[in-house]
Amino acid sequence: MRRALVTALILAAVLVLGAAGVREVSAIGFGDLGRALEIGKSVVKVGKAAGKAAEDLTPEHEYYIGRAVAATILGKYKPLDNPAANAYLNLLGQTLARASDRPQTFAGYHFAIMDTEEINAFGCPGGLILISRGLLRCCANEDQVAAVLAHEIGHVVKAHGLASIQQSRILDVAGVLFQEGASHAGGNVAALSGAFAGSIGDITKTMMVNGYSRGQEGEADLEAATILGRVGYDPQAICQVLATMAHRYKPGGADFAKTHPNPADRIAALQEKFPPAPAAQAPPERLARWQQALGQV
Amino acid sequence: MRKCAIAALAGLTVLLASLAWAAAQALIVQVREGQLRRDPSFLSPVVGVLAFGTKVHNEEERGSWIRVKAGEGQNGWMHLSALTEKEIALKPGAGPAGSSASREEMALAGKGFNKDVEADFKAKNKQTDFAAVDHMEKAYNYQAAEMESFLKQGDVQPKEGGGQ
Repeated sequence: MRRALVTALILAAVLVLGAAGVREVSAIGFGDLGRALEIGKSVVKVGKAAGKAAEDLTPEHEYYIGRAVAATILGKYKPLDNPAANAYLNLLGQTLARASDRPQTFAGYHFAIMDTEEINAFGCPGGLILISRGLLRCCANEDQVAAVLAHEIGHVVKAHGLASIQQSRILDVAGVLFQEGASHAGGNVAALSGAFAGSIGDITKTMMVNGYSRGQEGEADLEAATILGRVGYDPQAICQVLATMAHRYKPGGADFAKTHPNPADRIAALQEKFPPAPAAQAPPERLARWQQALGQV
Repeated sequence: MRKCAIAALAGLTVLLASLAWAAAQALIVQVREGQLRRDPSFLSPVVGVLAFGTKVHNEEERGSWIRVKAGEGQNGWMHLSALTEKEIALKPGAGPAGSSASREEMALAGKGFNKDVEADFKAKNKQTDFAAVDHMEKAYNYQAAEMESFLKQGDVQPKEGGGQ
């Protein structure tokens, strides 16, 4: 009898655990630290979860990381004070972002123009996206601006910035949260600030100095072409901007040449999935509003 | 006696399993403003907004969209990027006495990298420009209706679907 009872209880436990594991809702692979801490309460689980940095941070953590990365970049490249241009860029960018595979981030997508001739753009974690005047000047119409914005949205969707954080820093954060456990106390700022500053350093170094990997750039290009197609822009627009950039590509150059693969290679990779097609003719109204908003930038 | 015990155990098993199932269907809004849409598409109108930490029930799934039901009769489709599993919670009761369930469940919220950590970083890195970031976040926020008219005015014709 007792054996039957034990068996039944084990069976019940298995069913309970099984049912709890049926659903796995994880938008972009943000497994969450809280889950590991609560269920396992074991270092093993935290360690396992920390296998991929991006999976261990909540969208709220990502938001604060993105703000600090953007603040660091905007400390170097001043934002352009042109309300009309910034308004247009945000309306276009937010319209594109909602059609991405990650339409919702903690505080949404926001766009700004960097006042520099350098050709570059940064998609900071959480959706803060910075585009240089130089890059906007490489775009010949709205579809091409959309392509540039969609590429940066692609980096946010794929959480490429977070992927460059050293795993040891994530473990530090996990350790602090683990120690705090269920206590209601706030975060331990002193213990976390080192990991935070280190994370910002890792990301800005990747974005501004070393660049993302060829594979990551390819992923962002494909995401961009997909978004353009969904929204109704010309998916070929990304190849058109890349062709313009290819003309200006100087291997060893200081700007995008330093942080990005050769545009010609990116075009070739894109055309495997999106075969070349004649450029779509943009309607006059679309061309006119682009000219009005960004013509003087 | 034996039959009775087996029946009771079977009942217990079903009860526990269904409790776990119900828990598995509970999700929490993990972004500041979780958008509820009428239909499972980015083109569908936004019919409501659920705040960070709101507990919702998973009614149905279609692709990357989940039909959710929140407390006060709020229904709609939410993209899964706005949702997380219930297990984001620390232990129930971790919140202050008398706080709402969702507050307890979001006990992890605000921990880890937060505004205090940011303030510390800002103080030690004077060359950063957080004012520009604040401006970026606040200055230009567009609603679905404005996006629709933007697309229409530019003769941009969206394809149904998205957010796969």
